[in-house]
Order: sequence, then C-alpha cells, then structure tokens
Amino acid sequence: MLSRLKLWVLIISFLILAFLPIVAEAIGEEFYISLVARMMIFAIAAMSLDLILGYGGMISFGHAMFFGLGCYSVGILAFYEITNGWVQLAVCVFGTALIGLFVGYISLRTSGIYFIMVTFALAQMFYFLGISLETYGGDDGLPIDTRSEFFSFFDLSEELNMYYLILGTLTACTILGWKCVNSRFGMVLRGSRANLPRMEAIGFPTLKYRLSAFIISGVMCGLAGFLLGNLTEFLTPEYMHWFRSGEIMVMVIVGGMGTLFGPLYGAFAYLIFEEVMASFTEYWQFYFGPILIVLVLFAKQGLWGLLPGKERLGDE
Amino acid sequence: MTLTLFLEQILNGVQFGVFLFLISAGLTLVLGIMNVVNLAHGSLYMLGAYVSTTLYTLTGNLFIAFVLMVPILLIIGMIVEIIVLRTMYERDHMDQVLATFGLILFFNELVRILWGVEGVGMKIPDSLAGSIDIGVPYPSYRLLIIAMGILVSVALYLMITKTRTGMQIRAGASNRPMIGALGINIRILYTIVFGLGAVFAGFAGLMAGPIISIESGMGEEMLIFAFVVIVIGGIGSIRGALVASVVVGVFEIVGRSILPYILLQLVTPDQAQTAGPALASMLVYILMVVILFFKPQGLFPARTG
Repeated sequence: MLSRLKLWVLIISFLILAFLPIVAEAIGEEFYISLVARMMIFAIAAMSLDLILGYGGMISFGHAMFFGLGCYSVGILAFYEITNGWVQLAVCVFGTALIGLFVGYISLRTSGIYFIMVTFALAQMFYFLGISLETYGGDDGLPIDTRSEFFSFFDLSEELNMYYLILGTLTACTILGWKCVNSRFGMVLRGSRANLPRMEAIGFPTLKYRLSAFIISGVMCGLAGFLLGNLTEFLTPEYMHWFRSGEIMVMVIVGGMGTLFGPLYGAFAYLIFEEVMASFTEYWQFYFGPILIVLVLFAKQGLWGLLPGKERLGDE
Repeated sequence: MTLTLFLEQILNGVQFGVFLFLISAGLTLVLGIMNVVNLAHGSLYMLGAYVSTTLYTLTGNLFIAFVLMVPILLIIGMIVEIIVLRTMYERDHMDQVLATFGLILFFNELVRILWGVEGVGMKIPDSLAGSIDIGVPYPSYRLLIIAMGILVSVALYLMITKTRTGMQIRAGASNRPMIGALGINIRILYTIVFGLGAVFAGFAGLMAGPIISIESGMGEEMLIFAFVVIVIGGIGSIRGALVASVVVGVFEIVGRSILPYILLQLVTPDQAQTAGPALASMLVYILMVVILFFKPQGLFPARTG
C-alpha cells in the first residue's frame, strides 16, 4: 500500500492540476494551460511505459511507436473528415491493441538485449512508414483541422475542455494502472520480471500475461498520442522517432521505475528541465547527456523514491 | 529494368553491406562478449566521419587521414569504455540503455558545437573520382569500399580465429568467469575490444564520408540497421554479422529499386505509387520479423551451450 505521505502528495498534486487553469486565467497566463496539458500527456505515456518496464521488466525502446500511432488515428480519420471522437477513439484503441499484439508477440519471443533491439527496430519501422506516407504529409506532417467531437456540450476546441479531458484521462489511467499492478495480474507480471523460469515452472502462461501487459501499456500510450494529436492539432512521424522513446524512458527513470506514480513526476520534471535549459542554450542535450549518466549511476530510486515509505513490491 | 542497372544495384547493396558489417562487427562483439547494450556505437561511426573529414582537409591525403584516424578513434573508444561502459557491466540492461542514450545526446551535440549545425562535406579524392568498367561502369571509389570491406573482413576473421587475442575474445564470449579464472586480464581485454569496435565503426565513417552527408544524428540511422543485422545474424557472431550485413544491404538497396517494378505487375500504377515507398521502407524490418519468427536466436547463434 501507499504510505500516508505519498497518498497526500498524490492527492495534492491532482488538486493542483485541477485548479491550475483557474489560477492561470486569473493571472492572465493562459499559456500555462496548454503547457501543463502537454506535460500531463507525457505523464500518461511515461506511466504506461512503467507498467511494462518497471513491473514487467520488459525494456521496450520503442514505446513512442504507440504514441505516434494514437496521433495518426486522429489525424488520418480527420483527414477523411471523420471527426466523430468515438469512432477515432475506437480506431485508436483497437489499432494500437492490434499492433501491440503483433509487435509484442514478435519481440516477446526474444529476451534481454534482443528484446531491446527488436522493439527499437520495429518502432523505427513505423517511423519510416510514417515518413513514406506522402498522402498524410510524409516527413513534414499534417495539420489536424478539427479536434475530436464527443458531445455537443463538450467542445474540445475550447482549451479548458481539452485540458480537463486530458486531466480526466490521466486520472483514469492512474487509477486503472494502480488497480492493475496490485491485482493478481500485476503479481504475475512482477513475478515474471523477478524470475521468469520459476513462474513458468509454477505453471503460469507467462507469455499471455506479458503480452497482455504489453498491449495494455501500448493502448494507454496510444491514448496519450490521441490526446497529443488533438492538443497540438498536428500530426508528425516525429512522435514515433526513437528519440521520443528514449525521452519517455528517461521520464520513467527520473520519476522512479516500478513505482507507477513516479513517472508522472518524472515527466513533469524532465519537461520543465528541458524548457528551462533550452531557454539558456541551444545545445542543452550536451549537458543533459552526462547528467543522465550520473543519474543512472547514483540516483536510481528517482524522485518518487525520495519520499519515505516503501511500496509493497513483492520482489524486493 | 535493365540487367546492367540490376547488377549495379547489387553492387550498391554489397557496398552498403560492407558499411553495415564494419559497424555491426564491433557492436556484436561488444554485445556478445560484454553483454552490454551499447546504443552509442553509431556515435563512434559519426565521430569517425567527422574526424576523418577534418584530417583529410588538413592533410589532403585520404590514406594519411586513415592512418591518423585509427589511433584517435581507438583512444576515444577506450576512454568511453573506461569512463562510462566499465561501470555498466554489472548493471542491468535498463541502466545501460539509459547511460548510452546519454552518450548519444552528448556526442550528437558535441559535433554540432565543434563542427557546426550544418554538417560537413567530404570530397572523393581525385584519383578515385572516375569509374571502372567491370562489365558495368562502376564508380571506383565504391569499388574501393567493397575491396576494403573484404580486406577488413578477412583480417578480422583471421584475428578472431587465428590469434591469441582472438582466442581470448571468443573465450570471453562463451564463458566470462572462466577466462578470468585462467588469468586473463578481462578488464583490459574488454577495453581493447571496445577500442577495436570504435576503430571499425570509425573506418566505416571514413569510407562513408564522401558518399553520404555528414551530420549530427547520422550514427543512429546506421545503428538501427546494425541492430537489424545483429538480430538476424545472432548476437556475438562475427560470421552471422557478415552474412546478415550483406543480406540486409542487398535487400535494402535492391529491394527498394525493384519493388516498384514488381508492384506494377501486381496492382494499378496508382496504387503502386502509394504503396511502393511505404512497403520499401519496411522491407528489411519485415525480413527481420520473418527470420525472428522462425529463429528467435538469429541465424548463427554464438552461444550454443
């Protein structure tokens, strides 16, 4: 279970997010609304990666693939003037699930270094596919003219509605993720991370469990991409680039791997860091690279691990 | 498509395969022997290209540039191993991925700072600028690349199979603690292997310099291909890397050029126009998936026991 302190930190964080637009409008800095909305989207993506990375021990270096695919499901449908949000959502969920099934099945046949390389290569395959699709903008990307339309009373072209849709999705994903990792399913997943042969010897069909986790995580990341497409009103294969996958992975490690909530803070921390550093120097990655190496060497518990109180992780 | 064009494309494919082999040979040894994920291997290829360009501009002679490039890349590789990689051997793959990702960021920005954001160009030496008729007229520089590739492959093969160091490297790949117990200084061996890998990657960068655009991030494009090669060939297997490099190289280049012709026979020109580039960009990955499906350990698994 969560310690009392961590629970309060979480509750207060979500409350801050809920009231942020009101404050931002009051002080006349509406710019912060879309900035924080973008951070929340990456938080969803980072959390989804933590599901398979931290809990399942599957080091996927191609998670941005789902991010991009979610975005494409909005963009391509909008291109054909299908702006019904429910249809787009259905395409996004089933599309990412199907591709997750395919990629997961292929890559889970391998393990260790192979798994990393195969997820990396397959994600790049979708990236290059996106580039070669000239109809949908190819390399340059494609503007999305209309945001998804869900209810007549909930117009997403209103920035506030967009913000609260993202916050709602983040909340739902967080609760769902927490339920997921603490269920029997989550236990099996952590078990196969700690000792795969033993789990198999006990009689668990670990491939099914791991593949399901891979798909759930992929769909969740796809949702994040779905929201990003709507928020930025733009579609680009750049979202699928391996660099994005690396970034999402960095967010997980900065927040604390295998903590589920940590990556939320990791996403915020990383994006704020990027924003601040980029305002100082064009070459901020020159400094960030070594910082990352130092982080990996000395600060593995991440931000969430700085708070006292251990989660019940089972395999520690 | 004419036969001449087809032959030329095959030669281009082999030549691309040579680059892939130079890069993946070092990488597969590092992966296989040290069991370390090294995403930054492409950066060494990039550094090789940049350093060679500068040396070539300064000396005006490609061979002298090569001779000077080798120790520089060797030292860069060994420094990277000692400072970063060495601390990673005992850690899990996740840490290795992140740390080497950090290295990529560092090197990509470093070359932008040192050589500018625009990228640099390198000219083919005048003596190699022409073409030679070998049934088809073919650029002599590209022929040289193929010849050098074959030479290096043979040298590497002899080194791995015939020399004492090569024997130690192979022993390290199959049983790490044992070779340490036999009194071989495994740390130094690792540093040497990593440095050699850097030299091979740098050599590929030097050879590729005049025929590609030298820019920040060029290493990762090759890294992905190198990963595909290693996945197909099997981690730690030089022979696998050689076969897979040529297969992937030819598949990529020839596939891209004949795919439109094949598609034209099957579907309408309009559909071929759309599907052609999309399918062509996925070709090698589809090949990888098919091979993985039947052989999850690659074609030539290095560790059999």
